[in-house]
Amino acid sequence: MKWETVIGIETHAQLSTKSKIFSGAATPFGAAPNTQACAVDIALPGVLPVANREAVAKAVRFGLAIGAKINRRSIFARKNYFYPDLPKGYQISQYETPIVQGGTLTIFVDGKEKAVRLTRAHLEEDAGKSLHEGFHDFTGIDLNRAGTPLLEIVSEPDMRSAQEAVAYAKALHAMVRWIDICDGNMQEGSFRCDANVSVRPEGLDKLGTRCEIKNLNSFRFLERAIEFEVRRQIEVLEDGGTIEQETRLYDADKDETRSMRTKEDAHDYRYFPDPDLLPLEVSEQWIDSIKSALSELPQAKRERYVKEYGLSQYDAAVLTQSREMAEFYDRLVGTLGGLYKLGASWVTGEFSAVLNRAGLEIHQSPISSDRLAGLLRRVADNTISRRSAGEVFDAMWNGTMEADAIIAARGLTQISDSGELERVCDAVIASNAKQAEDYRAGKDKAFNSLVGQVMKLTKGKANPQQVSEILKRKLAG
Amino acid sequence: MHNATIKSLSAELAARKLSSVELAKHFIKRIKVLNTKYHCFITLDEEASLKQARAADRLRAAGSGQPLTGIPIAQKDIFCTRGWLTTCGSRMLSNFISPYDAHVVERLNAAGAVNIGKTNMDEFAMGSSSETSYYGPVRNPWDVSTVPGGSSGGSAAAVAARLAPGAIGTDTGGSIRQPAALTGICGLKPTYGVVSRYGMVAFASSLDQGGPMARTAEDLALMMNIMAGFDARDSTSLEREREDYTRELGKPIKGMKVGLPKEFFAKGAAPGVVKAVEAAVAEYRKLGCETVGVSLPNMELSVPVYYVLAPAEASSNLARYDGVRYGYRAPEYSDFTDMYKKTRAQGFGAEVKRRILIGTYVLSHGYYDAYYIQAQKVRRLIARDFAEAFKRCDVIMGPTSPTTAFKIGEKAGDPVQMYLSDIYTIAVNLAGLPGMSIPCGFDAKGLPVGLQIIGNYFAEARMLNVAHQYQRATDWHTRAPKGIEVN
Repeated sequence: MKWETVIGIETHAQLSTKSKIFSGAATPFGAAPNTQACAVDIALPGVLPVANREAVAKAVRFGLAIGAKINRRSIFARKNYFYPDLPKGYQISQYETPIVQGGTLTIFVDGKEKAVRLTRAHLEEDAGKSLHEGFHDFTGIDLNRAGTPLLEIVSEPDMRSAQEAVAYAKALHAMVRWIDICDGNMQEGSFRCDANVSVRPEGLDKLGTRCEIKNLNSFRFLERAIEFEVRRQIEVLEDGGTIEQETRLYDADKDETRSMRTKEDAHDYRYFPDPDLLPLEVSEQWIDSIKSALSELPQAKRERYVKEYGLSQYDAAVLTQSREMAEFYDRLVGTLGGLYKLGASWVTGEFSAVLNRAGLEIHQSPISSDRLAGLLRRVADNTISRRSAGEVFDAMWNGTMEADAIIAARGLTQISDSGELERVCDAVIASNAKQAEDYRAGKDKAFNSLVGQVMKLTKGKANPQQVSEILKRKLAG
Repeated sequence: MHNATIKSLSAELAARKLSSVELAKHFIKRIKVLNTKYHCFITLDEEASLKQARAADRLRAAGSGQPLTGIPIAQKDIFCTRGWLTTCGSRMLSNFISPYDAHVVERLNAAGAVNIGKTNMDEFAMGSSSETSYYGPVRNPWDVSTVPGGSSGGSAAAVAARLAPGAIGTDTGGSIRQPAALTGICGLKPTYGVVSRYGMVAFASSLDQGGPMARTAEDLALMMNIMAGFDARDSTSLEREREDYTRELGKPIKGMKVGLPKEFFAKGAAPGVVKAVEAAVAEYRKLGCETVGVSLPNMELSVPVYYVLAPAEASSNLARYDGVRYGYRAPEYSDFTDMYKKTRAQGFGAEVKRRILIGTYVLSHGYYDAYYIQAQKVRRLIARDFAEAFKRCDVIMGPTSPTTAFKIGEKAGDPVQMYLSDIYTIAVNLAGLPGMSIPCGFDAKGLPVGLQIIGNYFAEARMLNVAHQYQRATDWHTRAPKGIEVN
């Protein structure tokens, strides 16, 4: 039997606000335990929550960015359960009426575009952390994280492979960073994904029983966990078993998922509207002002690149994978006053490759958009050859000299004196009689070898196109 | 000195005929003698009180005194008071010294009031008799074999026994008004949202409201001027312009329409209570008021609705008392689940546990709609009944409590009987309206009867004048229980 995989993803994105969602305590990561927990965060008797306007604004911005409905009135509820790192004994979260409903996110898999539907996004507070290491026979509690604002983003079960799930997670990750609501730091837990995975016989509409996989703090783990889980579920079903609805934990060391809790021991959270907080009202004016402050979104930018700049869908998609990259590209072509395709091929090619190899972010790149523009100008006006351009780029990466200075210092200016090129071509044809003969006999491959010889003799400074024209003319004659 | 009102003490302090330190010492001395008898206070801190009194004297000397500067005020132990033990009448918080001040406490401090002590109360404000306190029951100064009502019974008894000229309390279902009635003093529960709940240990968040307790309506008004006001730390606090609650005092009430809900007079109230309340209503007619019959048809549902909603909220509000961060923790346990169980089993008393169980039950999956949602619907009907009634009258009057003070232990074993003690007060909390109780006579046993006055939203100033006019015409509020004299 052929099986179809069905995946939905729940993401907790930590909103990058200065203070917590219901208190004035600060939110930076990594402070000494319990130094960023105020009376409200540690739930002293008598304290009360007050919703953070900035967190609400960020949730609204997200909703607008994905084309969702912003509920003008949403409700904070209490999710009741006992755990030592949950100071109030309940988590404040939106339950029945979330602030954001619906919306879509576009993903690209194998060059194909797909719209993933979102169910909802709601505001909630994070819990603290239990620390099990470094305490003999004790568990330590750090409440710095308690009350940190989260946006829980829930997708529809629209993904059909681990690959699509990763594409979705990456697109969402790019989006929350693009609109500056979350720093996206997965190691620090600012962006956490849980995957709901099920399988069903291909062609069947009814969804299979799903398992929720937790603890996926990298895109790689997300992919591997789903792949493992899909194999596991298919094996169980093919052996005549049934899938039990449960929460499973991904163990990266063993590369497997294992059962954490089943439906039977699921909590009854006894949700009810938090009487300490009034319904959250967002006015039309506020939504409008957030909307007007929103910068161009990836989708719109992508479409503009294709339509106005004539870029390929692929280049446009790569350039809009992150706001940093798109902004770099925009600055580059702005400085160049055009050269869209050339700029795109360098940003998505050489530039991205070297950043990747070095493990650097765009803002850490030693080559700024202005420096790169200096190089591309020389490529565009044929001052240097493509090969030399690579050399100049490397020199720029490793040093502080600008493109023109490097070109001058290394004498990389392309030979555009056709008289000199003619002489070199004559010499090459003369000393490679066999290849010349082969070409005339119809072996195109021989021609490349002749071009290569010319390039070699000119130390790459010749314009390959010009060389090719000259050679063709001479060999034909 | 201890029979004087806040208003007259304030005048004497202002005239420098009396110092705050003298006043504080006088009350501290009385408390030391009489607290063993009435058990009004859980915590006293003579040095802290005198320090505030000295500061108040300096303020007065500098000419920057306000009406409450130097006035001793007793604080119900539900208000977080920085540096003071704040127990909420529970073993669970028997070691909790608050690191911060409640909004109300902050405002009293800023006004120069002197905290004379933290008063005893039903555990977590759950009770109508002040018997459920971990620190033992409060006794009613009018008859020490009876309860003072609850949950603000310590504050009420302290004011009645002249151990403080005023006190602050909280009212979730009648916890200011009912003990005020049972001890022959005045108490006001303001409109929900007028007094900040920040720093008031939460029982049922949508119903809790702090308010003043004193011997005259005028004194309540002076206290309200300090206690009321917007606080950004409480999302349910109402952003309104500051009010002078004394502004209506002295205005004629001739022609005012007094609504008498038939449900308040139908049945259930003790004859002595009905008689005194009817006499009070007759007095208002003499003052030129017109009485009109009104109806609150859903009022009979207020007790069941309350005992769904209040425990539901309480079960969640009290979840934070888990022994992890502060408060009581069981001395021995095997793991954290066991720690929770033992801590909460040992730290909470029977009534608190009962309500946590009820609340947990009504919020449970499968019961939520039938109980919680249904109760919320009825709550809206009750509020609508009042809205209808207020189309026909300016204030509503009736008994505060169906009985006068009952014997200690009399209802302790029968929760439903105890709950019915708040039958006339609970609907007011459910609707979020302001309500007050003033003394209006005595029953055959010589125990005080309270008259309840209910106003429309934000009608506190008017209600205070309605009470004040009655107190100008009668002297019930000046009566003191026997046995409160100290040599």
